[in-house]
Amino acid sequence: MNYWEILSYAAWIISAMLLLWILVDAFSVSRQFDESLLMSSREGADELMAELEKEEGQS
Amino acid sequence: MSQEASSQSQRISMLKVLNPFHIWALGVGIVLVGEFMGWNFSVAKGGAYGALIACWVIGLLYSCVAMIDSEVTSTVAAAGGQYTQAKHIIGPLMAFNVGLYLVMAYTMLEAADALIVGDLMAAVASATGFHDLSPQPFVVLTISFLAWLNYRGVFMTLTVNFVITLFAFLAILALFIGADPLNPGHILKHSDLLTELPYGWIGVVAALQFGMWYYLGIEGTCQAAEEVRSAGRAIPLGTIGGILTLLVAATLTWYISTGLMPWQYLGQATTPLYDAASIIGNPVLQVVLFIGTMFAAIASANGCINDAARAWFSMGRDRYMPTWFGAIHPRYRTPFRSIIFLIPIAVSFAFTGLLDQVITFSILSGLLGYTFMSINMVKFRKMWPLDVIKRGYIHPFHPIPAYTLLGLCSLVYFATFLGYGASLLSIMAFYIVASIWFVKRRYQFVKRGDQFTMPWPRPKGY
Repeated sequence: MNYWEILSYAAWIISAMLLLWILVDAFSVSRQFDESLLMSSREGADELMAELEKEEGQS
Repeated sequence: MSQEASSQSQRISMLKVLNPFHIWALGVGIVLVGEFMGWNFSVAKGGAYGALIACWVIGLLYSCVAMIDSEVTSTVAAAGGQYTQAKHIIGPLMAFNVGLYLVMAYTMLEAADALIVGDLMAAVASATGFHDLSPQPFVVLTISFLAWLNYRGVFMTLTVNFVITLFAFLAILALFIGADPLNPGHILKHSDLLTELPYGWIGVVAALQFGMWYYLGIEGTCQAAEEVRSAGRAIPLGTIGGILTLLVAATLTWYISTGLMPWQYLGQATTPLYDAASIIGNPVLQVVLFIGTMFAAIASANGCINDAARAWFSMGRDRYMPTWFGAIHPRYRTPFRSIIFLIPIAVSFAFTGLLDQVITFSILSGLLGYTFMSINMVKFRKMWPLDVIKRGYIHPFHPIPAYTLLGLCSLVYFATFLGYGASLLSIMAFYIVASIWFVKRRYQFVKRGDQFTMPWPRPKGY
């Protein structure tokens, strides 16, 4: 078998392993953690929290 | 269910770990491959001088983009970049369109970059006597590896991008030094090779479309706004530093290439900078430029995965797309489902092998986004004047950059219509159909109050 053919097979195998790793991890995370936690991020959360804290401090 | 999930009040967010160098690496990394290949098609349309005019006119367009992006993103510090800007400043329909432009532009560019890596591997195999190497396994490996890297965390992803982008930029500088620019006529033969405009001024206008290759993607810096330690500092520094780097790299690229190759050859070359190194005849430079080309393509694909995933994630978070995509990985703090979802799409685009069409779709999607940015900017300053909300950066000479951007975008549309009229119209039709779908079917799922989270005062006039 030619060196380049071996390299091609190696590329396919490594790709498959990486994709499999990603899928297994994503599946296990989705099972392990609650969906509401996974989707709890909010844009501008830092600024928002600072603003809310300020408002709470004033009231 | 694990202990981590037990607290329903707990929130997770992306990690704020990036600095201005990461932002520079993201923006320049996406773009720099355009210096190694692609820009030279402008030479075929407008000749060497036409390509230089395109380089600087489009450089002006992107300088406006960089300035406007820096100001708005230093205020709207959220993933999604221009999508989030459009959502807050104009409204949902424009935001949906801009989000879609971003995802399509970056995913298609990623596919084109992976194709380049595959083609380079096939070229090396051919040079060593093996002519039947399929590029496909290397295309898939590139996308898989970079998706894995992106999945595992943004800090390592953009640190890798910084290293390989810096190498690619230094490769251009090394080529410039190797071309002995202090002795004109010794290696560089501009006096012999520079000619009149071969197709007149209409050729120069037609060249503008390919001038986009020098800078396409620098606006991608905005997608990291939610992950920088200080958006007000890092985004303007990284973006403005990035556009300055690209203006230097683009001008050097033009200068070296047009001094070594006649415009008729340069206009159709596949890898002009590598060809330039071959003409100089220095084997070390050849190796450096080959690695530089490979690194530039990988850095571009890497940045594109990062940006496309964040744009898609933001749309999912706001319910513009299924909310399932709006999830953050609890350990790596990345938009992991969006990264996974876009892998097969990128591979499918790459497997078509239609590099020209894929790139044209990417460029036009970007151009549509820039057109809306100019409108966004004018409205942003009217609705929230300078003294109303704090900005990390205030761009000078407003509204001249916004109007200049709009004018130059119109000119590039005309240039694109000259060469790719059918593509332009079909892409417009695609986005119109998508807009109808959004209005009729999707918008009913959007929680209207939840999508506006910036702690800004009520806009002026409302």
